[in-house]
Amino acid sequence: MLSKKTTVPFRGTEEQEKALLEVIAELKDEKGALMRILQKAQDIYGYLPIEVQKMISDGTGIPLEKIYGVATFYSQFALNPKGKYQISVCLGTACYVKGSGDIYNKLMEKLGIEGGECTPDGKFSLDACRCIGACGLAPVITINDEVYGRLKVDDIDDILAKYE
Amino acid sequence: MYRSHVLVCGGTGCTSSGSHRIIEKLEKEIKKQGLEDEVGVVKTGCFGLCALGPIMIVYPEGSFYSMVKEDDIEEIVSEHLLKGRVVTRLLYDETVKGAEVLPLQETEFYKKQKRVALRNCGVINPENIEEYIGTGGYEALGKVLTEMTPEQVIQVMLDSGLRGRGGAGFPTGLKWKFAAGNPSDQKYVCCNADEGDPGAFMDRSVLEGDPHVVLEAMAIAGYAIGASQGYIYVRAEYPIAVQRLNIAIGQAREYGLLGKDIFGTGFDFDIELRLGAGAFVCGEETALMTSIEGNRGEPRPRPPFPALKGLYQKPTILNNVETYANVPQIILKGPEWFASMGTEKSKGTKVFALGGKVNNTGLVEIPMGTTLREIVEEIGGGIPNGKKFKAAQTGGPSGGCIPAEHFDVPIDYDNLIAIGSMMGSGGLIVMDEDTCMVDIAKFFLEFTVDESCGKCTPCRVGTRRMLEILEKITKGQGTMEDLDRLEELAAHLSSNSLCALGQTAPNPVLSTLKYFKDEYIAHIVDKKCPAGVCKDLLQYKIDPDKCKGCTLCARNCPNNAITGKVKEAHVIDQEKCVKCGACMEKCRFGAIYKE
Repeated sequence: MLSKKTTVPFRGTEEQEKALLEVIAELKDEKGALMRILQKAQDIYGYLPIEVQKMISDGTGIPLEKIYGVATFYSQFALNPKGKYQISVCLGTACYVKGSGDIYNKLMEKLGIEGGECTPDGKFSLDACRCIGACGLAPVITINDEVYGRLKVDDIDDILAKYE
Repeated sequence: MYRSHVLVCGGTGCTSSGSHRIIEKLEKEIKKQGLEDEVGVVKTGCFGLCALGPIMIVYPEGSFYSMVKEDDIEEIVSEHLLKGRVVTRLLYDETVKGAEVLPLQETEFYKKQKRVALRNCGVINPENIEEYIGTGGYEALGKVLTEMTPEQVIQVMLDSGLRGRGGAGFPTGLKWKFAAGNPSDQKYVCCNADEGDPGAFMDRSVLEGDPHVVLEAMAIAGYAIGASQGYIYVRAEYPIAVQRLNIAIGQAREYGLLGKDIFGTGFDFDIELRLGAGAFVCGEETALMTSIEGNRGEPRPRPPFPALKGLYQKPTILNNVETYANVPQIILKGPEWFASMGTEKSKGTKVFALGGKVNNTGLVEIPMGTTLREIVEEIGGGIPNGKKFKAAQTGGPSGGCIPAEHFDVPIDYDNLIAIGSMMGSGGLIVMDEDTCMVDIAKFFLEFTVDESCGKCTPCRVGTRRMLEILEKITKGQGTMEDLDRLEELAAHLSSNSLCALGQTAPNPVLSTLKYFKDEYIAHIVDKKCPAGVCKDLLQYKIDPDKCKGCTLCARNCPNNAITGKVKEAHVIDQEKCVKCGACMEKCRFGAIYKE
């Protein structure tokens, strides 16, 4: 289970709000637009805090409860901000069989956070994901766009050190 | 014209192992040698042998370089591309036989494969529509629109015996026939590219390596059922696939192969992408459509089936990527050709994503009816480190574990169901003696608990109750009655859940209970985990005869559970031990063992 706790105050800028309003204006009359608006809103803000959900509700007329329902249904929508470095541990079958569970535990221990959370300094966030399809390299983790494959628990210290 | 082509895999597997840097370096070196007008570099889709990535093939020789490093590029360019001397040292060793270099098709990994759906993967540049057209692409669409009636197209699909490659195996032609038979002002053709089974990545490879084949097949389907709009619902976790699909759709529109009046026949068809947002249940057809509509991706009861009321309540067909990838070939080569491959009730080929404890991890396409033994031992190259095969898991969280006793069963839809698993989308995870089957069952239940959408009670509550029992067992607190309870719950879930997610969720438990009951009993009665996986049932111990008293383990123990004097045998305090295994990894004398 991923933690849904929000601990960071909302700090949206005017440019972000302008970009969001443009997205809403462009898409709001299309069929089934809510998912796409949420995806773009997340691109703009990095996550979907309640403030952003309210703006979408005001802009589209879609009730906030429906927006919240969709935002919490899909694992890619984050109600928490992500760290500067987003760590994602693949817990797909191939990776799991090759020990990614141990790697996930080690990362939680090293970073002092649960899956779904962000370190208080905003540097690292940790998530588990289901199969990024690099099963040939199992077990894998990704940090932002960089993929680390064929890992052992002992490799974690060296990898994190790169981002210190 | 180039005299030489260098094909570098740009699939997710090889990109993850750095193929983009290889391409940059390659282009730089080629320029340095002044060969840019003679040698072309092509970024292709997946070759299939992901374990050996990054992969690079030089044509016309067909030299297969594997695990290429940036530092090797200079040598390959100056020796092979400039002077024509193949760098044998860097070739995939199976292609080197003495002084002779064998073609890739003769290696164990490729020998038994037959590529239909993956025909163009690793062969063409997926970002160039002309390369697809050059290999016969869009010919099938042309043939269908100018020479065939929709009824004839559907008949060809029925005759071919093609069944849905997403897992359930419903006859594709029949699905199309139902949708064609329901009149409506608007119909839809959808493509399920929400490949959610962990360990399956064949659809991604088709989208990345040959995106046009999906577009072409969807247009053919549109013509067959009378639809003018298509949607591809693709996982957002597949950025390369999304990017290549966008490029492909743009090119197809530019060439008039999508849009209005295709081939001047008056047939209109266009395709849009919709990105998923990470919900396994959206692979279920009604949930997927609910998600395209912008809602929580919850399934709804069937009937009405999508062929009658699907997307936006209009007749809709939904096929999986791999299914579509077969369609243009069937149209061009005829249903008899397709039906000549495979078994009596499962025609054609199937792509499997081979993963887990097997040497050649990657993507393989084989005729239906190939045995597990051939896949694991011959194509897969066996199990690493001389370990013993224990089971193969197919069908992801909906499937089951196939034990060694069924190693020689020909794999097709019906045989897999008969032995308690299912085809699923084609993930095939190999497990060896170090894999605990109770832990695997628990792993899949954790997955379904997480991914259950919560709409129907049997699935929402039932999966959690089953998981709790499995957790109890892996902690050594289980009873024999728990096994009966698991079976009882499983029966309720199968018969009462709303969609296939809940109906098939018990399969991993039932199949492991059927074939590996002794392991469950070992956990419950002996309080032991035979594979040494379940931490609560393990004890780390130090063999006093082997321990040299180097103190390394004691210094690395995070909980100070190891005591002992220098040069004397150390002891682990079981009360304090957190079973992290750090001591075992550090010990240089192999003195620490677990039991």
